[in-house]
Amino acid sequence: MPICLGYLPVSFTFGILAVKLGFAPLVATVIAFTNMASAGQMNGVQRIVENATFISLAITTLVVNLRYMLMSFSLTQKIDQNMRWWQRCVMSMGICDEMFVLASMEDKEVSFSFYAGLMAMPVLGWTVGTFLGAFATELFSPMIQGCMGMALYCMFIAIVVPEARKSRKVAAVSGLAIVLSCIFTYVPYVNVLNKGGWGMIIAAITAAAMGATIKEVNRRRKAQESDLDTAGRLKRKYTHTISHI
Amino acid sequence: METRYLIICMAIMAGVTFLIRVSPLLFFKKKIENNWVQDFFYYIPFCVLAAMTFPSVFTSTIPTGEVASAQHIVAAVVATQVALILSWLNRGLVVVALVAVASAILVEVAWMWF
Repeated sequence: MPICLGYLPVSFTFGILAVKLGFAPLVATVIAFTNMASAGQMNGVQRIVENATFISLAITTLVVNLRYMLMSFSLTQKIDQNMRWWQRCVMSMGICDEMFVLASMEDKEVSFSFYAGLMAMPVLGWTVGTFLGAFATELFSPMIQGCMGMALYCMFIAIVVPEARKSRKVAAVSGLAIVLSCIFTYVPYVNVLNKGGWGMIIAAITAAAMGATIKEVNRRRKAQESDLDTAGRLKRKYTHTISHI
Repeated sequence: METRYLIICMAIMAGVTFLIRVSPLLFFKKKIENNWVQDFFYYIPFCVLAAMTFPSVFTSTIPTGEVASAQHIVAAVVATQVALILSWLNRGLVVVALVAVASAILVEVAWMWF
């Protein structure tokens, strides 16, 4: 439910933008329902207006939405293994940023009914929001529309910060991801990568990979230490026994 | 805009987006035992969201088609602080989003008045 409400302003903004670019409200709503992807949709409508080729539309859509593939991969580890193929298809429609985090934070295996219940409201909110936005273009000044663009990012902050507060590791990897993402945006020559959202993907993968590697190294060292400990204790016990004999 | 072109474009967008999401779910069914991969998948959502948010959030208040100005960026920075503080206090997604957006609007209005 909360995500549904949080989605409204974002989908609203998309509805307004699409109508401004010359799309019929119904077309905007259908695009929203079949895509469920904020950045991908915005990119798409802009490409269509530019009369882009099909190939370039497909490639930019792929790149902008590539993060969903990461999320989907991650979800394969979370879901009920016995899920049917059609259930997997339906469920995949609902993989988006917030839903994904909610599903991953669930401790148990994610079943189809749980996920379907989870995705119903955001899908509805996203579609209805676009529809309303498409009809309310004149209602809001550009300034307020601009501010509404922040809503999605604020939701991301609200997802990451509480977890980072609980776990220093999450705080560290998220911080690293932010630093890398800033580098990809601002440092000249490096920032050509940021065209089409690659910078963000590289930043996130690098940060998560480094976090996992450091944890792995620590785990191995600890295992080694405890091995040594056991060996030391055994030796002591052994010498003790020997001295008794 | 030609209708045929529009329909094909919409189909491409929907199709590509769907394939991206569904292919890992359909073709990758094993459980991963590897610790590194498990940690990686635990970290990735937070990294993705963090990298997506910063630094884009600071320019997110700029209305489409306008150039960056101090007014919008200051509003975004203030609202980001508000969002950070509220989420540190474990407020829900909607509360954080609405209060932050409201504070951005407030800053912009105040800026135009003074």
